[in-house]
Parts: sequence; C-alpha cells; structure tokens
Amino acid sequence: MLTLILILLPLAAGIITLLSGAQLAKKIALVSGLAILATAVYAWLQFDPAAGTQFSYQYNWLSNGSILFSGGMDGISLVLVLLTTFLTPLIILSAFKHDYKNSPTFYALILFMESALVGVFTATDAFLFYLFFEAALIPVYFLAAVWGGEHRLKVTLKFFIYTIFGSLFMLVALVYLYFQTPGAHSSQISALYALELSAQAQGLIFWAFFIAFAIKMPLFPFHTWQPDTYTESPTPATMLLSGIMLKMGVYGLIRLLLPIVPDGLAQWGMVAMILSVIGIIYGSIIAIQQSDMKRLIAYSSFAHVGLMAAGVFSVSTNGLQGALIQMLAHGINVVGLFFIIDIIYQRTKTRYLDQLGGISQVSPQLSILFMILLLGSVALPLTNGFVGEFLLLSSVFHYDNWLGAVAGLTIILGSVYMLRLFQKSMFGPISKWVEGFQDLTLSEKAVLLPLVVMVFWIGIYPNTFLKITEPAVHQLLTLVK
Amino acid sequence: MYPIILLSVLGIVTLFLGFSKSKNVLLPSTLVFLIIALVGNFVEWNQGPLLYFYDMFRVDNLSLAFNGIVLASAFMIVAISGGFQNDADSEPAEYYALMLLSLVGAIMMIGFQHMIMLFIGVEILSVAMYVLTGSNKRNLRSNEAALKYLLMGAFATGFMLFGMTLIYGATGSFNLSQIQAYVTITNAATPSYLLYAGLLLLLIGMLFKVSAAPFHFWTPDVYEGAPTIFTAFMSTIVKTAGFAALYRLLDSTFAGAYDFWWLALAVIAVLTLLVGNIGAAGQNSFKRMMAYSGISHAGYLLIAVTAISQPSQGAIVFYSIAYSLATICAFAVLLLVSHEKANNEQLGEDYDAFNGLAKRNPLLAFVMTVSMLSLAGIPLTAGFWGKFMVFSSAADRGIIWITVIAVLMSTVGIYYYFRVIMASYLKEGDLAEIRVAPMFKAVMVFATVLTILFGLAPGLFEGLI
Repeated sequence: MLTLILILLPLAAGIITLLSGAQLAKKIALVSGLAILATAVYAWLQFDPAAGTQFSYQYNWLSNGSILFSGGMDGISLVLVLLTTFLTPLIILSAFKHDYKNSPTFYALILFMESALVGVFTATDAFLFYLFFEAALIPVYFLAAVWGGEHRLKVTLKFFIYTIFGSLFMLVALVYLYFQTPGAHSSQISALYALELSAQAQGLIFWAFFIAFAIKMPLFPFHTWQPDTYTESPTPATMLLSGIMLKMGVYGLIRLLLPIVPDGLAQWGMVAMILSVIGIIYGSIIAIQQSDMKRLIAYSSFAHVGLMAAGVFSVSTNGLQGALIQMLAHGINVVGLFFIIDIIYQRTKTRYLDQLGGISQVSPQLSILFMILLLGSVALPLTNGFVGEFLLLSSVFHYDNWLGAVAGLTIILGSVYMLRLFQKSMFGPISKWVEGFQDLTLSEKAVLLPLVVMVFWIGIYPNTFLKITEPAVHQLLTLVK
Repeated sequence: MYPIILLSVLGIVTLFLGFSKSKNVLLPSTLVFLIIALVGNFVEWNQGPLLYFYDMFRVDNLSLAFNGIVLASAFMIVAISGGFQNDADSEPAEYYALMLLSLVGAIMMIGFQHMIMLFIGVEILSVAMYVLTGSNKRNLRSNEAALKYLLMGAFATGFMLFGMTLIYGATGSFNLSQIQAYVTITNAATPSYLLYAGLLLLLIGMLFKVSAAPFHFWTPDVYEGAPTIFTAFMSTIVKTAGFAALYRLLDSTFAGAYDFWWLALAVIAVLTLLVGNIGAAGQNSFKRMMAYSGISHAGYLLIAVTAISQPSQGAIVFYSIAYSLATICAFAVLLLVSHEKANNEQLGEDYDAFNGLAKRNPLLAFVMTVSMLSLAGIPLTAGFWGKFMVFSSAADRGIIWITVIAVLMSTVGIYYYFRVIMASYLKEGDLAEIRVAPMFKAVMVFATVLTILFGLAPGLFEGLI
C-alpha cells in the first residue's frame, strides 16, 4: 500500500501544483517533494531486507486478473525509490532561481515524472513496468521541449523517437513472453522468471530488451541522442534525465534482462560487455575534448553508465551491488555537478571552459563543494564513487582480465577530464566573464549540502545501502543460475 | 434491429424538418434522434444472437457494440457540426438526413448475415458519403473529391458484387451460415477455386472501403477535398463499419479457409502500414496527414483481423473506440483552427495552422496533444492499449514478425503526430484567441477524458463487453 501512496502522492501534488498560481507553485512543489521523501524514508525504516517484496498493492487491470496493476518494493526497488525521492525535491529547489514561464506546469511535470519513476522502480507486473517506463518520457519530453535551448525542437524529437523506438521492441518481447506463460497467462514479472524458453527465443528476447535499455541508459553505440538532449534541456530536466531516468535502463537490465533470459545472456553477454567497456573509454576520451561544461558532464555520465552496465553483465554479487551503489552515487554526483554548472552559467552566461577561470578566488564556497562532488565522481576513496567503482571494476576483472584492465582506465581518464574541468574553471586568472561573481546563496547551499553529505555517507559507510540490497541481489542471482 | 427502423424513419423526419423556417431546430433534433437510436440499439443487449428479416440480419453483443461505437461517433460529429450556420449555401436538413440514413447502411454492414444485406449496407453508406463529400458545391476540390470517390467506389463495389456471385456459384447460398458450412465441410475436402476467387474479389471491395493499401489511392484526395466535418464522419464511421464487416466475414464464415487468406491479408496489412506511415510523414497538410494516418490505422486493425485469435475481437472493438475518439477530437480542433485561419481561397489546414495554439487556447492544445498521443499509441492513452491488444492478437496466433514491422512503423508515426504537438506548444503563431462553443467543448472534453480513462484503466472497457 505504501508503494501505491508513493506513486499517487506526487501525482496528486502535481495536479495541485498545476492548478495553483505562479508564486505558490514552487512552494507547493517543494513541500510535497519533501513530504514524499519523508514517506519514502518511513518506508525505509519499516523495511525488512530479508522479507522480499513488501508494501505491495495489487488490483485487477485487464483480462480478468491475468494482467495486474501491481507493485511492491524489494531492496533494489527501495534504494532507487529513495534516490528518486531524495533528488526530486533538490531538483525542484534548484529551479527556484530561474524564472520559468508557466512555472506551475513546469513544477507539475517534475512531480509527474517522479510519480512515473517510482512506478517503474516498483512495478511487479511487466506491462505496468512498461507503462511507467514510457510514461516517464512524456513529462521530461515536455520539460525539455518547452523550456529547453535553441535547438530543442530537433533534439527532443530525436530523443523521444529514439527512446520509444527502443522500448517498443521490449513491448513486443513482453507480449511474446506473456503468451508463453501457461494457463490463463500472467504478466507478473515473477511468472516471466519461471518460463523455460528455447535458446533461440532467449537470444532474440535478449536483444529486444538490450536495445530498449541500452538506448535509455545510453550504451555505446546507442548514445547519439544523449549529449545533445542533456545540453539543450533546461538544467532540472537534465538532472532528471541523468540523475534518475538513466537508472531506469540499468534497473531494467537487473530486473528483466538477467533473470528472464539467462541463456540469452550466456550467448550474447560478451558482446554486451564489450559494448559497455567501449562506452566507458569512448565517453571518457570525448569528455576530455569538450569545452562546454554541460556536454563534458553528459559524456562523463555516458562513461559511468557503461561501467554500471558492465558490472550488471558480469552477473556477480559484486557487479550488481556495485551497480546499485554506483547508481546512487552517480545520481547524487551528477545532479550536483549539473547544478554547479547551472550556477556558473547563470552568473557568467557562459559554459565554455576557455572563457572561465579563477572562480575559486571569488567564490571559495562554491569551489569547495564543487571539488567534493567532483572527487566523488572521480571515485576518490572515502567518497561515494569509490565504493561502486571498486566493486564494479573487480567484477569486470573477474569476468575477463583484459576487459577489466581496459575498463580500469576509467579511473585515470575520469580524473583527467574532471580535474581539467576543475582547473580550467576554478583556477587561473579571473576571466572577464567571472568578474562580479557572487558566492553561493542560501537556497543554493540548501541543494548542495545534502548532496555533499550523501557523498560522504555513502563513501564512508556504504553498508547502510548495501545491506538493503544484498538479499534481493542474492535472490536474483540464484534465479539467474 | 431497432436502430435500422428508427433511423430510417427519423432520417425522413429530418428531411421534413428542413421545411420549417427555423434552421435552429435541426441540430438538436438530430442529436435527440441519435440518442433515441442509441437507446434503441442497447435494448437488445444480452438478448443473445437474434436473426431478423428472414435470417438476413443478425444481432449479437458484438454487433451491438459496433453499432454503439458508430452511433456515438455520429452523435459527437453531429454535435460539432455547429448546425452548418456559417455557410450560406449549406443545406443542413439534407446533410443531417443523409448522415442518419447512412448510419442505417453502417448498421447493416455491421450486422449482416446475408451477402445481399452487406451489399445494400455498403451502398447505402457509400452513396450518402459520395454526396456529402461533394456537398461543398462551389469548391473545386470538393467536387473533384466526390467524383473521384464515386468512380473508384463504384469500381470497388463492382469487384465486391462479382466476388459475391462467385461465392454464390460455389456455395449456392448468400447466407453466411450456409457458406460457413460449405467452407468448413465441402471446401475442406476438395478446395473450390471458384470460392477462393470470389473471396479475394469480395475482400478487395471491402478493403477499398477501409482504405487499405494498395486500394488506398482515393483516400488522401477525398479526405482533403471533403468538408472537414464529413471527413471526420468518413474516417470514423466508414472505417468502424468496414472492419466490423470484415471481421464478421473472416472470423466465422471463412475461418475454415484461414490457410488460404491469411498470408494475403498479412501482406496487405504490412503494405498498408508502410504506405500509411511513410506517406503521412511527408505531408504538409494536416488533413492529408490524417488521411494517411487513417490508412496506417487500417493497417493495425488489419493485423488483428489477420490474426483472428482469441484477443482479436476485443482488439478491434477497443481499437475502433480509441481511434474514433482521437480522430473526432483531432478534426474538432482542426475545424476550429482552420476556420480561424481561413481566407478566401484556401482553408488553413496545414500544420502551420496549429502554431502557437497553446497560447491561444490551452484547452484545444491539450485536447489535440492527448488525441495525437493516443493516435501515436503512447502509454496512458487509449491508443496504447489498442495497439497492445492488436499486438497481443498477433502474438497469440504466433505471428511475431508482423508486430515487429508494426512497431517500426509506429515509431514513424510518432514523428508526424508530434509535429502537431510541437507546432501547438513550441512555435509562435497568431495570438488571436479562439472562441469555442460549449457544445464543442463538451464533446472534446468528453472524448479526451474517455481517452485518458481507457488509457489508465482499460479493464473498464472489458466490463462493458
């Protein structure tokens, strides 16, 4: 029941926000975002990691009970729900400085998005999963298309068509699987786990799922929509896309692809692994070349998600646990980094590294927080990135030494592009664009400080979260094997 | 059976109402007549299969559901016709009478049990459509469209009639149950090529009516030339009735010859999807785009007809509902917008007409968006479940390749449907506000709410059937 509340609450809050006036809208959105976070935290406190799927709801939906409107949370879901509900109020708060036209619609769309995202992470029915998976696209499409930059029309249409294209293959696969289930058919994800499929069918379904999720994350070579979309979207939409929506793809891999088609994975896992590793290196190298800060982070995000996918495809406890903790870490870091870039952009009206410099001299607070988030992203020990990256690399290494070695380059390349970003923007002589730069305001600190706290929390004591997911991961791995 | 009698009588009454001085009475009375027909239709709900007129006409829940869709669509379309008050040359009484009488044809097509009934139904519906297409007498395009439609339609009817005679020659009967008996027993033992030839010709005639490729060439010109309100009528009612008739023909009567016809129909379905979607992507006129989109939706429906599996029936009914709701909304918005943009020569029916719609009238923009999302088959709208059920019916039959093609084509669909959404939200246009009559508003809000409701809880619909 709690799960359903977590889906409906943002929806209701979104509708109220939509109907309220421009001044009130952001406050309502923020307060309801916090209330939803409180609900999620309450669920966390009530949660028993060993007890499997909890807080379930279930209603008849279609075909007299063979397709159910049902959901619930196990450890994997809970962690991602916590991430979603934690980031959403911060994203709302980060938009306060901007003067978006039609602001009630803007904030309402963010809340609708939250509702759909929680829905994706908690659905236990395959078609419900699909429904939320697609529904999450609609609000973010409008956020990007209405409030985005100059080339938004082309870029967002490409994004929408590209991602829908991928997920439609998943729909075909799900419909096929549904009709394979015995008796009156069932589309419960657990019923799909129990199917015995031929090797050929598994291979095809593997690709149908892989394309859907690979486009969403995105993995090489399906990433071409991503840098443009991230750059052209307004920053809150970019945060939603990179901080949370990207995780839908990784979650899909864990929840559907691994347990439903283990033989397909055995046939094609190596290809998927190689594509993921190519993505890591390719993304990092392009990131080094970027001068637009937003694009740089976009490519770094692309590189990071490649490593998460590689961990998932290794099908090991370390890989899955690492991917899950890295999803949290990456969500937190990337939202923080995009926000800092947005702050810099608002004050200097530029995002180009060549035009920036010397910000640390005028704004020490900003540069300290920037440094912490950045080091988290580089995976320095004691920050959140380290735990995930360590687990992930060890899992890839176990899978194949050579691939592990290549993927390990991410540590070096990551620090190259991140430190270059920091050095070019923060150090050096004060450029003319930076003159008159104000330090952080209160509301900006209110966004960044919780993120920084989480960087250290996950970095120093990751067990808080690893412990939640561990039983669920073990259960999943026994299913796969 | 009641709606046939009611509509025939009330259609003639409408003609006589045209003699009265006040033209204001026509619109409300037509709406009332349609409600009477709707009520009359559902009187026989759950009364089981009944046969009328010497076993020529059959009433069962499926045909009543199709009748309901057709009548409700007609009701909504009449409600947004606005009484044809804007046009001095118009003849509202005749238009309404023709619409009511054409519905008799549609209902005959839906419930036929005898080939002659099918033929008469098709003709009643088509002839009324030829006239309504050309009802804008002084417009060249309208006249051209009517002539084109008439010539092509007459040709298709010829095929159909020829097909019926061959089937009669093979089976010795026009009655569906006797034909079915022949197909399942005699034909299964020794296949009759006379019967197959007849079936193919009959199918060609029917496929022409639902504008399936390669019999679709009339559609864009006729849809564009006809006055928008009749385009809406054609694209919803003719299509629903046509598919009901196709389904009735193939589901039981010719199910025994499935191996013979399924591949032909599957190829036509794929061709229709390709032509419809790729054709629509290249259009600049919204109305032509809707014509091609109509073709592409015929393709999706044909998949369900090709599969003839357990989910097919529900798929066709649900798809028709979703498609009709969305199409009526789209044409309602087009009516309002193009009227504003019209100048002397040309109606403003291009995509440009929607520029800046969100600022001019947010309600219209929202209605349009939901309708386009539904036509594109995006989740949370009825259109998604329509597609889902169609894919299910194919998957149940084990024809996965056809759904893969359909999926690829629906991605193309997103491109042209989103052009409308982008125009209305993201482009700048005139700022003149659009005034929307209460009747329009009611229809649009009702259809949009239903679209979303069916999108969230498609189970509601299953309760109805």
